[in-house]
Parts: sequence; C-alpha cells; structure tokens
Amino acid sequence: MKIAVCIKQVQSRDSQPRLDDAKTWVRDQDAAFEMNEPDAYALEEALRLKEKHGGEVVVCSAGPARVAQVLREALARGADRALHVQSDTIASADAFVVAAALGGAMKSENFDLILTGLQSDDQGFGQTGVVLAERLGLPHATIIMDVQVSPGPPGGVLRVKRELEAGWFQWVGMPLPAVLTIQSGINQLRYATLKGIMAAKKKEIRVAAPEAVAASKQRIVALYAPEKSKKTQLIAGSPAEAAKELVRKLREEARVI
Amino acid sequence: MILVVAEHRGGKLNRATWEAIAAAQQLAAGQAVAIAVVGSNVGSIAADVAAAQVQEVVTLDNAALEPYTPDGFTAALQQAIDQLKPAVVILPHTYQTRDFAPKLAARLDRALVTDVTAIKATGGSAIFVRPMFQGKLSADVSPQGPAPHIVTVQIGSFRADAAAKGASPAPVRALAVTIDSAAIRQKPEPPFQEARQAVDLSQAERIVSVGRGIKEADKLPVAQGLAAALHAELAASRPICDAGWLPMERQVGSSGQTVAPKLYLALGISGAIQHLVGMKGSQTIVAINKDPDAPIFEVADYGIVGDLFEIVPAMIEALKA
Repeated sequence: MKIAVCIKQVQSRDSQPRLDDAKTWVRDQDAAFEMNEPDAYALEEALRLKEKHGGEVVVCSAGPARVAQVLREALARGADRALHVQSDTIASADAFVVAAALGGAMKSENFDLILTGLQSDDQGFGQTGVVLAERLGLPHATIIMDVQVSPGPPGGVLRVKRELEAGWFQWVGMPLPAVLTIQSGINQLRYATLKGIMAAKKKEIRVAAPEAVAASKQRIVALYAPEKSKKTQLIAGSPAEAAKELVRKLREEARVI
Repeated sequence: MILVVAEHRGGKLNRATWEAIAAAQQLAAGQAVAIAVVGSNVGSIAADVAAAQVQEVVTLDNAALEPYTPDGFTAALQQAIDQLKPAVVILPHTYQTRDFAPKLAARLDRALVTDVTAIKATGGSAIFVRPMFQGKLSADVSPQGPAPHIVTVQIGSFRADAAAKGASPAPVRALAVTIDSAAIRQKPEPPFQEARQAVDLSQAERIVSVGRGIKEADKLPVAQGLAAALHAELAASRPICDAGWLPMERQVGSSGQTVAPKLYLALGISGAIQHLVGMKGSQTIVAINKDPDAPIFEVADYGIVGDLFEIVPAMIEALKA
C-alpha cells in the first residue's frame, strides 16, 4: 500500500508566539519549530499500516526551506521518502492554498491512502485534509481513532473509527483510495532511533515548486493576545504564601470549599 | 440572506444550532435569516427551529441523507446554496460540521472561516474572530472572494438564549434536492459508546484537573493528593488521557465531558479551546501554571503563576489548617 502523510511544521507549542511588526503574523526569527502533533500521530499510524500491509510511506509538506527539518525527522522515524513543496509564502497560507500546493505535487503519485492530522497547532483551520480530498476527488473521513484496511475490489476497503462528541464513536466504511484526518491519541508515538537518524540521511527528499497557486480565501487583519473574559486575581508570593492565600480566598471569598 | 444549517441526531436538535442562529441574527442586522434542516423525515426538527425569528425554514429531506455522510450533506447543501444564494452560511463548529464543511467550501470554491468566537462588524465587511496558536493568540479574519462565505461558530461563544424568537412560527418549505445514493462513498455504522461512563464528572461539585504540566504519570499522586484534600474528582485534559495516564472517561473538553462544578482547579493545563469549551461554565476556576501567557488564565477567577509541584503540596498543607 502506498501511503502519504501530510505533515506541517509549526511553532513549538511550548513557546509563546511573538507578533511581527505588522501584527498580522508571528515572527519566525528565534522561534522553535516542531512537527504538528496530530500529524505525528498520522505518521505513526501510516508506519503501523505499512508494517502490517507492506508498501511505502511518503511524507509530504508544503512550506519554506526550514520544513526540511520535520521531513528529515519523519524519515528518521521510518518514512521511506519525502516530498517538499517549497514556498516561502506558504508558511502563513490558508488551508486552500496549502491543499492546492500539496494536491498538485501529490496527484501523479496515485497514493492508496492519504493521512494527515485533524488540525494544526498554529492556525488550526481543520480544513486542509478534507479540502485536499475534494481536490483529488477522493472520499474522506475525519477525526479518526482506528484504521482497518482489508483487501477488496478494486484497491481495498477501509473501515475507520470516527470520534463523535462526548465519548461516542462510529465505524465508517469506504473504498480506497481515501483521505483520513487523524485524531491525537490514536496510537503511541515512536521516536527516532540513532539507526533511524543515520538511515534518514540517505533517504530522498524531492523538492518541488507549487504548480498550482490557489487564491487566498482568508486574510488575517489583526493578530493579538486574546481578550480576557474574566478578571483574574493573580496571587503572588512564595509557593507557601500563594497556596495559603488561595485556600483562604476559596474558603472566604468564593466559598467553594 | 444568511443561512444557518441546523444540526440534529436521533430526532433531537443539537442545542448548538440555537447558538448559530444567535450568531446569524447578530451578523444579519436586518438582513433575512433562513434555517436549513438536512436529513430524512426532519419535520419535527424544522418545527423546533421555526420558533426562531427567521424568514423561513427550508427542509432538505431525502432518505439518502440519513444517516449523515459528508458526501450526502455536501451534495444537498450545494443544491440548497445554488437555489437560495445566501451571502453567509453559518454552522455550529461540531464534529459533524468539521467533517463536511471544508468539503462543501472546496466544492463551491468559497471561503470557510472555522471556530469563530465573535463577529466584529456587521453588514458587508464582517470580521470574524478566531483563536490561533492553541488559543495563545486571537485573529481578526476577513474572508476573501465571492459569496457565500461559510462560517462555523465555536460552541459556547454565542448564547443560545440570545436567539430571538418570532411572534409566530416561521414558514417551513421543502426544498427539492436530488441525491444519488450510489454516489455516497461513506458507509456509516450506528454510533456507540466505548464503555459505560463509570465516572459522571458533570455531577461533581469540585474537580481537580491535570494537563501536560504534570509531565509524567509518576507525578499524578501530587494531583490525587489535592483532589482527596478537596473531596474533588480527578479529571484531565486530552493529552493526559491520550498518553493513557488517566482513563478517557476522566477527560474534560470537546471530545470528553462537559462540566460545570462549583470549583474547577486546573493544574498545568494551558487551556486550548477544545479544553475550555468543556469547563468554562464552572462557577469558580483556578489555574496554576508556570506560563503566565497560558490561555487558561483568560477564564480563571484565581491564578497562581508558578511550579505546581511546589504550590500543590503547600495547598494540601494549607487545607489542613
């Protein structure tokens, strides 16, 4: 089975993003980057499917040159090769632009299955995978917690467990090829071994320019720290003092303990 | 005209639909609002939402639209939008919407702004506010390109009880839609619950909830100690349950339980929107986090910026007094 995994490189979730001068995007300089977490789960699921059914895992990402770092990391974890749609402007692009860039470069590969995370930790559109499916004319399912592949005409049959709200689930069947967006927690992530890191150095990263440039569908007019919905009483002091004061306030002011 | 797409399952209207109606009425500022109900035998759902102050309710009724599939709903709504020509389409940001709205937007080649928490301007140049970077930043977003623009509103951001009701029920009209059931590629099975929910967090008076800041499973007794001292239930944000450190039934957030205790004490939880929607209705919220910029402080009544491993033992000590 030929499996593609679309991954995004995002600012590290442990860092506070800093605004650029125009206050419409964040500063790249000094920022730390990492693989978007839900995409890491999608990659892990692809590697497990390959271990079970054989085939190939190709990681695909659209973005500036720095994106090569997460592609290399994915190769070190076990992906076979990588496709990098390189463009500086794509780092802040919307889901339609990203899906067009990825779809253009991926189309000729004729993947059996395309996986990606359900949303990104930066813009969090939750659209790219589904838009990509529609562009490629493929069926899709979202927020997936289990993937089963069985042989069947013509290319195989997929049965996936969709997460619904409030602890409910649903199995959905569909033909291959298909696109799935993967929920965090579907599996336990593996990390790259030293052997994997060495092997990744010899693996191919094909760099392509975006062949289709879709028109932007949304523009960020302003980016800012969120407005507080509540007035928070911040309690200062040493841990012992702050803890004591908090307990007093919960007893005497809020009266909840 | 602004079109709201109602959501329902098992013959019951999802309450988030009223929040979407409230958002549509705010955005409309005098323009007409209509509601679309998609499914099979949706008469009673249409009658429910006809109580809203809207121009009309349209039903997209077809046997092939039950159960829900993204292929079926996209085909139905594409036809409805062709006929009704709305300026904006508003949906509640539910898991079902997340499954088909991007497909609908791609099919129509129109903008989709997801997860909207507020609408800033009214009329032709609306600005939609949405969280970015895990809620650490907010963005004012302007959808680009021709109408309709499609917008999904975050659960709990607009008040269901703010939706204006009409003096008499709005007219209900059936809209003809043709659905080729052979073209629906997804074959859904009935929904199920993984395990009986042994823990009903929604009934808890006090909850101590842990997030990534707890760092490792071996540190959980710190939080358990505080929960015991407060006679509170222990809960967690999604990553803790994903890692298997606590069972899924103790998860608070959009994919877990929605809670509203008297006291919600968040330990090392940053406060991504998916978590906040599950707990922001709590009476008193306390956040303890080492990151002063963590979004959890936006909803907290009391906060301590610091190391939970120092503060929590001190709290347990103070509670003995």
